[in-house]
Amino acid sequence: MQKHFEIAGKKLKSRLFIGTGKLPTYKIIPQMLSRSKAEVLTVAVRRINPDSKVENILDYIPKNAVIMVNTSGARNAKEAVRIAEIGAEITKTDWIKIEIEADTRYLAPDNEETVKATKELSRKGFKIFPYITPDLITAKKLQDAGAVSVMPLGSFIGTNKGITAKTLIEPIIKEIKIPVIIDAGIGRPSHAAQAMEMGADAVLVNTAIAISKDPVKMSEAMSKAVESGRMAYETGILKEEDYAKPSSPLTDFLNN
Amino acid sequence: MFSDIISLELKKFKKIKRDLNRVSVSYEEINEKSLLKNLNSKLELERLALKSKEITDSFFGKTVLLYAPLYISNYCVNGCAYCGFSATNRIERDKLEDKEIEKEMIALKEKGFDTILILTGEDRIRSGVEYILKAIKIARKYFSEILIETYPLEQDEYKKLIDNGLCGVTLYQETYDKNLYFKLHKFGPKKNFEYRLNAIERAVKAGIKEVNIGPLLGLNKNFDFDVYMTLMHAKHIQNNYPEVEVSISYPRMRSSVSKIKTYPVTDIDFVKIICLSRLFLERVGINISTRENAYIRDNLIGIGITKMSAESKTTVGGYFQNSSDLKQFEIEDSRSLNEIIKIIEKKGYRPEFTNWVKI
Repeated sequence: MQKHFEIAGKKLKSRLFIGTGKLPTYKIIPQMLSRSKAEVLTVAVRRINPDSKVENILDYIPKNAVIMVNTSGARNAKEAVRIAEIGAEITKTDWIKIEIEADTRYLAPDNEETVKATKELSRKGFKIFPYITPDLITAKKLQDAGAVSVMPLGSFIGTNKGITAKTLIEPIIKEIKIPVIIDAGIGRPSHAAQAMEMGADAVLVNTAIAISKDPVKMSEAMSKAVESGRMAYETGILKEEDYAKPSSPLTDFLNN
Repeated sequence: MFSDIISLELKKFKKIKRDLNRVSVSYEEINEKSLLKNLNSKLELERLALKSKEITDSFFGKTVLLYAPLYISNYCVNGCAYCGFSATNRIERDKLEDKEIEKEMIALKEKGFDTILILTGEDRIRSGVEYILKAIKIARKYFSEILIETYPLEQDEYKKLIDNGLCGVTLYQETYDKNLYFKLHKFGPKKNFEYRLNAIERAVKAGIKEVNIGPLLGLNKNFDFDVYMTLMHAKHIQNNYPEVEVSISYPRMRSSVSKIKTYPVTDIDFVKIICLSRLFLERVGINISTRENAYIRDNLIGIGITKMSAESKTTVGGYFQNSSDLKQFEIEDSRSLNEIIKIIEKKGYRPEFTNWVKI
């Protein structure tokens, strides 16, 4: 049984957050949530079609799920603030993932603009989850600006490369008091487990689940990895050693 | 501006082509040399398609964006040898009044579209910037994403349209071969090759979010040249203005409907072009219109393309009111939006209707 953890004033059990942008159909969302036990879904404001005559993602999200809207497509703080406000209004959520990408080739977050947007939206009372290129100083500024979490990327979006930014994320986990959610780059369950072993509070996965042959099954696989990674972290992960450590040490007789 | 470097790109193209025998085919990372080699080689298409699918799925997800074109005016002062709307064609000319534009847009919205492409011919008097602006203002009431495909504008004109809700500009260079361009565009402002070429960058400097460029395949005997230059153009925009979303279209001319000699690109080459574009520029959007038939369109879902038009009419208006005017080109896939949605879903993809926020 997983323990609760608290984020932005909510008690959650699952440390797996799931993105919806690349899903092959929204119809599987309820099934995905029930199999993976995930409680938080991210939804891009630019993909919500409130006056749609065809399909609206919000119709597929169960009432008990937590919606975190993201500002993907925003190129600067001003656009992000505007999109966040529209998204909050449509979805009635106050969980906002600030995503400002000024480079469409890498989808690289603009940390500077993200800090600006976080300041403004936090002041207005929103729960801000900023998506950043892992940088300790930016993370500190975000914490001071009132963010409820920071979301450093493990690798660039959609690359499935895992936590290649490990050495930059580690000091953030160590130094920052607000929860750290590793977002982007998680391509397989072992990456998700690794994030948890590192001490991240949660992970956000989209591509690896959405484009797999069976997103529902993959969401469960990710969930199990997150759970075991966290369990191991809480138990205490053993250090890697350079030499073999015999179970009956040679100098044991000196202890007698 | 791309016009400043196009002669350099041309030299590079010639040099690579001269030494093409020394370049080998590649299915992994593609550079300019292997791109051109591949365009000129017989390839293992299955291998290429698999790679293209993998990249497309990773970066765009299991989605295809659907949009609808709306022609609001077919008045045109240009003499493009290949076009149904050319000034010398004695056709019924028409432009929609505000109320008609609104009715057509409501009809499209009712069908389920949320992205609209507004098109006009080139006529600064009958379909001036103010007229386009009015159409954008009406579109803004109904659509999240508003795109235009009109004649090239000045930077401040683009700015005015963007300030009023314009998201994207589509503008095809038709061919990057200057001599051929002059031959095909006999009169009218379109004769100015550089002015058209740089329009995309004027729009970008004015703050546009998305651009869509491309050649008209079938005009140039050597399609490899126009495909290569389109990709260099796209790369130039991506590198210099990384905040802009760049897409490419590869409309194909059909000899049966053309008055001039055309050089049809085969289906095999067409698929090759789409997949190689994906491998060369991983995050570029690739668009396919209803110029292509249902068979080709259905089978290309999941192999590189990211956007499709649907239920298109290439007459002025035609969604609300039936219109029998001459078409700009023949529609090959006239299925309804609902049929297209079903096909996309059957392929394991999700039809997407919007890429931007109705602000």
